[in-house]
Amino acid sequence: MTAAAPLIAATGLVFTAVAAAGPVPVLRGVDLTIMAGEAVGIVGPSGSGKTSLLMLLAGLERPTAGRLLVAGRDLGSLDEDALARFRRDEVGIVFQAFHLIPTMTALENVAMPLEFAGNRDAFRLAAAALGEVGLAHRLEHYPGQLSGGEQQRVALARAVVAEPRLILADEPTGNLDRATGAVVMDLLFGLRARLGTTLLLITHDPALAERCERQVRMEDGRIAGDSGTLRLAAE
Amino acid sequence: MRGHLIQGFRLARRELRGGLASLRIVLACLALGVAAIAAVGTLQGATKAGLAEDGAKLLGGDIDVRTSYRPLPAEALAWATRRGARISEVVEMRAMAVAPNGERSLVELKAVDAAWPLIGAFRLTTGETLAAGDGRARVALEAAVVERLGLNPGDAVRIGEASLVFAGTIAQEPDRVASPAVLGPRALILAEALPATGLIQPGSLINYDTRLLLPPGTAPRPFAQAWQAAHGDGAWRLRFSDQAEPGVNRFLDRAAAFLTLAGLTALLVGGIGVATGVRAWLEARGRTIATLRCLGAPAGTILATYLIQVLALALAGIAIGLVAGCGLAWLAAQALAGSLPVPPRLGLYPGALGLAALYGLLTALAFSLWPLGRAQRIPGAALFRDLVAANPGWPSRGILLANALAALALVALVVGTAEQPRFALGFCAGAAATLLLFRLGATGLMALAKRLRGIRRPAWRLGLANLHRPGAPTPTMLVALGIGLTTLAAIATIEGNLRRQLDEQLPRAAPSFFFIDIQNDQAEAFDRLARGQAGVDDVRRVPSLRARMVAVNGVPAEQVSATEETRWALRGDRGLTYAATPPEGTRLVAGRWWAPEYDGPPLVSFDAGIAAGWGIGLGAVLTVNVMGRDIDLTIASLREIQWRGLGINYVMVASPGLLAAAPHTHIATVRSTAAAETGVLRALTDAFPNISGIRVRDALEAVAGLLTRVGTALRATSSVTLLAGMLVLAGAVAAGQRARVRDAVILKTIGATRRQIRGAWLVEFGLLGLVAGLLAAAAGSAASWAVMRFVMGAGWSFLPGTLAVTVAGCVLLTLGLGYVGTALALRVRPAPLLRNE
Repeated sequence: MTAAAPLIAATGLVFTAVAAAGPVPVLRGVDLTIMAGEAVGIVGPSGSGKTSLLMLLAGLERPTAGRLLVAGRDLGSLDEDALARFRRDEVGIVFQAFHLIPTMTALENVAMPLEFAGNRDAFRLAAAALGEVGLAHRLEHYPGQLSGGEQQRVALARAVVAEPRLILADEPTGNLDRATGAVVMDLLFGLRARLGTTLLLITHDPALAERCERQVRMEDGRIAGDSGTLRLAAE
Repeated sequence: MRGHLIQGFRLARRELRGGLASLRIVLACLALGVAAIAAVGTLQGATKAGLAEDGAKLLGGDIDVRTSYRPLPAEALAWATRRGARISEVVEMRAMAVAPNGERSLVELKAVDAAWPLIGAFRLTTGETLAAGDGRARVALEAAVVERLGLNPGDAVRIGEASLVFAGTIAQEPDRVASPAVLGPRALILAEALPATGLIQPGSLINYDTRLLLPPGTAPRPFAQAWQAAHGDGAWRLRFSDQAEPGVNRFLDRAAAFLTLAGLTALLVGGIGVATGVRAWLEARGRTIATLRCLGAPAGTILATYLIQVLALALAGIAIGLVAGCGLAWLAAQALAGSLPVPPRLGLYPGALGLAALYGLLTALAFSLWPLGRAQRIPGAALFRDLVAANPGWPSRGILLANALAALALVALVVGTAEQPRFALGFCAGAAATLLLFRLGATGLMALAKRLRGIRRPAWRLGLANLHRPGAPTPTMLVALGIGLTTLAAIATIEGNLRRQLDEQLPRAAPSFFFIDIQNDQAEAFDRLARGQAGVDDVRRVPSLRARMVAVNGVPAEQVSATEETRWALRGDRGLTYAATPPEGTRLVAGRWWAPEYDGPPLVSFDAGIAAGWGIGLGAVLTVNVMGRDIDLTIASLREIQWRGLGINYVMVASPGLLAAAPHTHIATVRSTAAAETGVLRALTDAFPNISGIRVRDALEAVAGLLTRVGTALRATSSVTLLAGMLVLAGAVAAGQRARVRDAVILKTIGATRRQIRGAWLVEFGLLGLVAGLLAAAAGSAASWAVMRFVMGAGWSFLPGTLAVTVAGCVLLTLGLGYVGTALALRVRPAPLLRNE
């Protein structure tokens, strides 16, 4: 772990969404630095810009202004395919709605990022990842044949199988009941701890955010509070 | 029932507020098919109306009497004149037109009297007339022969033994449709110039047409019956102005029947689009239907609600199709202005439009009742599942019965309105077999894709998964694309086979020339001269008479029950020859040839195929009229005739004796090297000016040209089917676009590049196109084989080149459509979709 080097460095990040009614300012100048290996919980009311921030960090949206460096890459300067490769190599994403490919088995879904990277061991590693989330017996099942919790565990395995440096999770328990959600979160934190991966977790649940070593609170497109800064100040 | 309908109407009206935009493909499919059928019907009606309206002008009078060999007797003409008829006599025959430079061409010579034309006007491009001012006889020629001979007005043209002055090119010949120039371009002279040509010889192939223009109010048919009773004989061939040319009408009916079937194929493909579109539309309404069921709506109300909407849409599609069909007919009339026998009388033809509408309605019902019946069975409990049940099972028995009835009614309409019901029935069976073939092909492809799932390349696996996943549009796409391509492949293969037979098979065996009108006293000199020509290696000659079939076993010819394929032999004049011994190559299949010295009652050796078609055999008596005299010929043997050999083939070969004594001419075939042809023709027609030479190469070229035009027309028509198929295909791609976009977004999110995603769809659409193309090539080959074998009675060759083009075209087409879908999916930004789901 290289604690000295920030994995994410956002400076003056502005994002304006283009809606039918006109431009809607979403992020109004976000400065955020996250060190490699940190687990950061992002909280805030709906519409505060949490998911947009995650989309920018994943290279799924482009900043309107400001500078965004992730894993040493300036995301603003990469084209679409370079961003896809960046996600393939550096980022694993877990969504609230799972976003698995319905026409593929659990094993195929998980192997996909490795296959895109040309990894010959894709299926062995995918099977191992599914084993880690307790789905060794569900390898050949299609998403439609799995419960919500199981689907999210497949998504989790897919997010970590390539051992990315950054895991982005957007309300990963939002579609699950409390007990199932707890299992998934235990798995997420366990994997993150084992891999030493940086985690950015968006959640409405204060208890979940508390499991992260740092909490960032967003309001109205800005960072309204950052426990990391407070801690730093305290120190 | 009434309650369901009332509630259905109320619900349908509310649902229709949201519009039926998602059913646009259904609308387009129905409109396209109906438009094609309506256009064909309207054009047929308009052309027939044109023929009927201009019948007297086309025929050249109210009544036409055609006789061979000799004109009507003077007393017959006097009988008609006394009753107020105006009369014009026209003589037609084949002759050679020779330019001053020695170039020559076969022409269809028409000699007209001063009264011609009784109706309409004859014009030359030069504005001249045929009446000679300087006492020299004149000739008018069709543009083709003027061009070939390099003639200028005033040039001398030799026809037979007469030298005529070229007066100008024919600009308008009013009765051309009723007496078309078939074997060569038209040459027109005045009757008074005919004797000098020396072409009127005993037994020469000459037609005499006597046209009558009756006093107003005189009904042609009773007049003709009384006239024929007083002066006619079995050799009279009567035609009337309301059927100026039955052949043209027959051709129109057949062409329209074929084109209607082509339109129907488009409509059937459109039907698949209807089924797919309605199914997708109903699936999207699954939750609404489940909600309605939860709120207490009975299944009948659900059916009524959605059936009413589908019918409303179908009626709109039919209406658009009818309007477009009328427009298409107008466009086609402009495009075909030079090819149609008369200017069509464009207008609204309710019969044609009604038929097209009925086809559209039955197609809509036959293809939408199944998905409607399934939707009716969606239970209210579906709301409480994760997804609305994808498979609500089979429709109810009532719906299945209604669906079967709609399909049967469609078949009954096709067969009932067909010119050739057996062919139409074959078409229905073929269409059903093709549908089944492509459906099975889709099942096979999906099973194969599933088996290949283990392939580790992600692009391949993704593409294969898209082919076999539940709800994949593979069957729809394969069937829709396949039927259009099968039609095109069949037409291309039939055309290719016919062309190959013309190009390759015939010329090797065929003679170079037919020479006609060889007089008895010229026969031996002709043989000697022909055989003496350099390059000539074969000369054959037989006596030639013309006979008109009067009765078969005492049954008048027009009442004989004959198959469609053999009816032609009962109409018009037939060639008749006689021979003491079997001509070379004769293959008897029944009976025996008469003894060489036989001199008893006339016997005949008859074509076995036609005998079978007429239901007669050995011992049957054929009454034929030769030179105005009825002769009974008893069938002594049956022969198998190879028509395609282009040798001298006669349906009837009689015993000598009685016929040898009748005035007749001879017909000869001469085979020479290609280089010697011009010299041979020149030498023989110079030595015997009354003899006409028909160059086989010219005739074959004319047939090849005709084939090209027919092929173009067929391809244009079947393109409508392919267009319908593409619409359905585009609809299927559009219906799957949501899933495609979602997959693209997820793949991009987990690191797939655009190239990798494109690769997956390349696999999906490439395989789909390949399988559709291969199946279409196979089905098209089978269909072309059946048409060549059973309809045309000809051989069939496998044409790999033509079929390879079909397969390649199919792959390119699907890849093109797939590429468009993929490009659109790749342009979608991932973030909004990832947020909203």
